[in-house]
Amino acid sequence: MAPLIDFLLGLWPKLLEGAGMSVLLLIVSGVIGNILAVPVALARVSRNPVLWLPSEMFIQLMRGTPLLVQIYILYYGLGQLLGQMPAVRYSFLWPYLREAFWYAALALSINTAGYSGFILAGAMRAVPYGEVEAGRAFGMSKWKIFRRVILPRAIRNSLPTFSGETVLLLKSTSLASTVTVTELMRVTSEAYAESFRFDECYISAAIIYIALSYILTRGFYFAERQLNKDRLPPKPSSIAAVALPAK
Amino acid sequence: MATDQSYLSLLSYGDAGWGDDYLRGMVVTLEVAVCAYSVGLVLGLVGAGAKLSGGRARYVAADLYTTIVRSVPELLLIIYIFYRGPAAIRGLASLLGFQTQIDINPFLAAVAALGFIVGAYTTEVFRGAIQAVPKGQMEAARAFGMGWWLRTRRILLPQMLRFAVPGLGNIWLNTTKDAALVSVVSLSELMNAGKTAAGTTKMYFFFYGIVGLCYLAITIASQLGVARLDRWANRGVRRA
Repeated sequence: MAPLIDFLLGLWPKLLEGAGMSVLLLIVSGVIGNILAVPVALARVSRNPVLWLPSEMFIQLMRGTPLLVQIYILYYGLGQLLGQMPAVRYSFLWPYLREAFWYAALALSINTAGYSGFILAGAMRAVPYGEVEAGRAFGMSKWKIFRRVILPRAIRNSLPTFSGETVLLLKSTSLASTVTVTELMRVTSEAYAESFRFDECYISAAIIYIALSYILTRGFYFAERQLNKDRLPPKPSSIAAVALPAK
Repeated sequence: MATDQSYLSLLSYGDAGWGDDYLRGMVVTLEVAVCAYSVGLVLGLVGAGAKLSGGRARYVAADLYTTIVRSVPELLLIIYIFYRGPAAIRGLASLLGFQTQIDINPFLAAVAALGFIVGAYTTEVFRGAIQAVPKGQMEAARAFGMGWWLRTRRILLPQMLRFAVPGLGNIWLNTTKDAALVSVVSLSELMNAGKTAAGTTKMYFFFYGIVGLCYLAITIASQLGVARLDRWANRGVRRA
């Protein structure tokens, strides 16, 4: 038993370091991807074919091909193309542009933009039209209605779906291991190659992934509760007390 | 390699081009996806049954299965089951008294791994669909004196299908895409055909792009198929 514990004590710090890289990848691509998802969704609900057609094609491309293919096209294809351009090859940016991390982050970001854009567009269509009309009655501009009414409403309504999507994104970060990013999956297979202890390495990694998924799910559940506070029974406010005199 | 380096000749059939490699890869990918999906459908029905049967132990087992599979990366599960599965089956066989050396080929191991993953997702879809069928339907069937199997076959399955088709369609699309992950355990499917072609010619954009297009073709064809299936499953349902 003792050698097993010694092995695990040596293994876990390495795995947690890899998990840190996975989380970094998750945050970078989650933030960039979900910001990019807003224009994608806006274009998709537009009536102008110059806007919705490219958006539709982008979403179909992202959702219709495996992420692994997207990562390979960017890492090998784009990487090769950039390497052939002297302006890029000999610029001060090249040491960064050579990093597999950025290609994986880019692939995960645009993939997320496609999936989240699809969800957000659906949620934006589901915003009750009366709320948009109310905004208009207040004299809000189109942009202001979007910023203050449609987007917050759509995000709030699609939060449970985003929770699931974020767990999927966490799992997707494991694909970065195939292009040499030293995240959890890569660290795990390297630890296995050194030690030949298959179960110890892979089950440990699985436990870390399960824990991370659990934290994410709980976090989203908490955010959902916070953001939907208005749907709880209202507390009497001072304005209501003035408007409706007590009987 | 042909001296004429036009793109079309790179995809020609035979020794000169990679067309036949892609075609063979695509067939293997579809075979893996179809087999894994079938395994997943069976596991899903069993899992949903376990979750809804009311038995505590069965519920916990099924819930553990879906929770673990849905929070661990597919890549990890595929690698784990691919390498551990055969040993587990051999162990089980020797426990049952079979001493023959069972050879498990990579294709079956890949199908088992992917099917195990698909099953967790279909469990949730079937569970939701079964719960969406009004309780009175099964009670009416019981009042008619139908047995369990007859009730399930005539009342529950046809009605739950309507609710299950959209979810099952999504899972099918994910299965075809997850079949690309099987390439990491070196089964010569579509993704690996692309890897070999791209690695040999160093034309990464072109050959991985073709892989992407092949998957896009599978996806679009599947989407059309699912839409038809959805219309069929909803036949006879009134719509506003």
